[in-house]
Amino acid sequence: MYFDSFADFIAMGGHGTFVWMAYACFLMVIIWNLISPVMRRRQVLESARRYWRRADAENQPPSVD
Amino acid sequence: MNWTWFHKWGSPKWFFQKTEALVLWFGFLCLILLVVGTVWGLAFAPEDIKQGNSFRIFYIHVPSAILAQSIFMAMAISAVVGLVWRMKLAHIFVQVAAPIGASITLLALVTGAIWGKPTWGTWWVWDARLTSTLIQFFIYLGIISLYQSIENRDTAYKATAIACLVGIVNLPIIKFSVNWWKTLHQPATFKLTEAPSMAAEMWVPGLIMLVGFYLFFAFAVLVRMRSEVLEREKRTAWVREYLEKKNVL
Amino acid sequence: MRGGAFRYEFLQAYRRRSELVNPVVFFVMVCAMFPLALGSNAQLLAPLASGIVWVAAVLATILSLDQMFRQDFDDGILEQMELSEVPFYQIVAFKILAHWCLTGLPLVILSPLLAMMLYMPSESYLSLIVGLLIGTPILSLIGAIGAALTVKIRRGNIVLALLVMPLYVPILIFGSTAPLMAAEGTVPAAQLLWLGAILVLMATLAPITAALSLRANIYGS
Repeated sequence: MYFDSFADFIAMGGHGTFVWMAYACFLMVIIWNLISPVMRRRQVLESARRYWRRADAENQPPSVD
Repeated sequence: MNWTWFHKWGSPKWFFQKTEALVLWFGFLCLILLVVGTVWGLAFAPEDIKQGNSFRIFYIHVPSAILAQSIFMAMAISAVVGLVWRMKLAHIFVQVAAPIGASITLLALVTGAIWGKPTWGTWWVWDARLTSTLIQFFIYLGIISLYQSIENRDTAYKATAIACLVGIVNLPIIKFSVNWWKTLHQPATFKLTEAPSMAAEMWVPGLIMLVGFYLFFAFAVLVRMRSEVLEREKRTAWVREYLEKKNVL
Repeated sequence: MRGGAFRYEFLQAYRRRSELVNPVVFFVMVCAMFPLALGSNAQLLAPLASGIVWVAAVLATILSLDQMFRQDFDDGILEQMELSEVPFYQIVAFKILAHWCLTGLPLVILSPLLAMMLYMPSESYLSLIVGLLIGTPILSLIGAIGAALTVKIRRGNIVLALLVMPLYVPILIFGSTAPLMAAEGTVPAAQLLWLGAILVLMATLAPITAALSLRANIYGS
């Protein structure tokens, strides 16, 4: 550990605001890049599920591709 | 030469099945690397003599700036593959990489601004690198908005690929002109990093973060690509099987 | 055949001249806005003049780009042209040329007047005019790619602007700094040569790329 105490670690020698702000932005970008694909995946699964519910009801075979 | 490995990538089904385990590996590895890099960079690396602890922003700023450029390169290469070999997966890659690239570029810009405040005394400097990164961010936004506003998907894929290529041809000219504009208006006064004299204990966490960033991109892009493949192929039998296996249906 | 194609483009553009005059009026108005916003102080405006004229030229060009292919695309004429015996990229090149003649060229001709109104030093005039003369065709060429890509989008204007504006940065930089160098007494050869190089590059690449983009829009079901 480079710092003597936890308070020092938070303060970052007076630059704490900037360092923690930058790392917060980093975290936000990571979280956005995790949440938006998950949402998209749910949406896609839902639309595929709906398609197959309807196709099964109409006895429609899967497309050949 | 045997090209079957290349042609296999043309099959969405093959891609989907092959990447199932790969995604988890990428996610796991990037999690470890990013956590190790962050903790090391924040708590264990020594501070810079001139910049003090604000130097710790380096560990996210520089990897994100490098990754932002790499993503654009990867998109352009992929655009060529999509246009020449009409490979759907390449088009999907371009489409899903653009928002990730834009977010990473934004991260590089914002962390650059935050770093600038304690180092240069202002949030924003019309520094050559910052300016060309800003313009690169605008190009990303233009490509994303182009894709989103074209209704027909195949047309949108082609148009996005062409826009990517136009962007990559112009990027060196933009970078050069901005650099040149900078030297004309005022002499270069700031150097962001003193790279050559950096101690190993300072750059090693940076390297770990860089690899972590690349793996994170690979992870994020694969997750998104898999969703898009699923959406495209939802009428096929193998997707049905997948849905049943996942207990969605 | 080729002469006919060019004549057609020119005639078409000429018939829609009221639409094409509007960007020129817009150009003049934007230039007039700056003294109103910044004050009419000659010392303040003189160093800004070339930048103002160039920004206004870029904005006016962007405003006019949307019309480059849209009408012919909606009518289906573009599809017929694609099938004709003249190579499609040449037709696109004629369209770009016609577009420049009717929007870029008037801007160049009007620029000394605006430069005068903005108190530009007299040494800068020549480099401003030459810069615009080389630079505005580049704006039309790069813009043609953007216009071709967005031809199918109903309200493509804003997407087109977002797409094209970052690519205009080098031209804006080289074009607007040339008069500043000239005002200091140096010949802005570097800027003008760079503009020339970009013009050559774009003149070869842009018509082909725009033709490719239009084809993607015509045949993309």
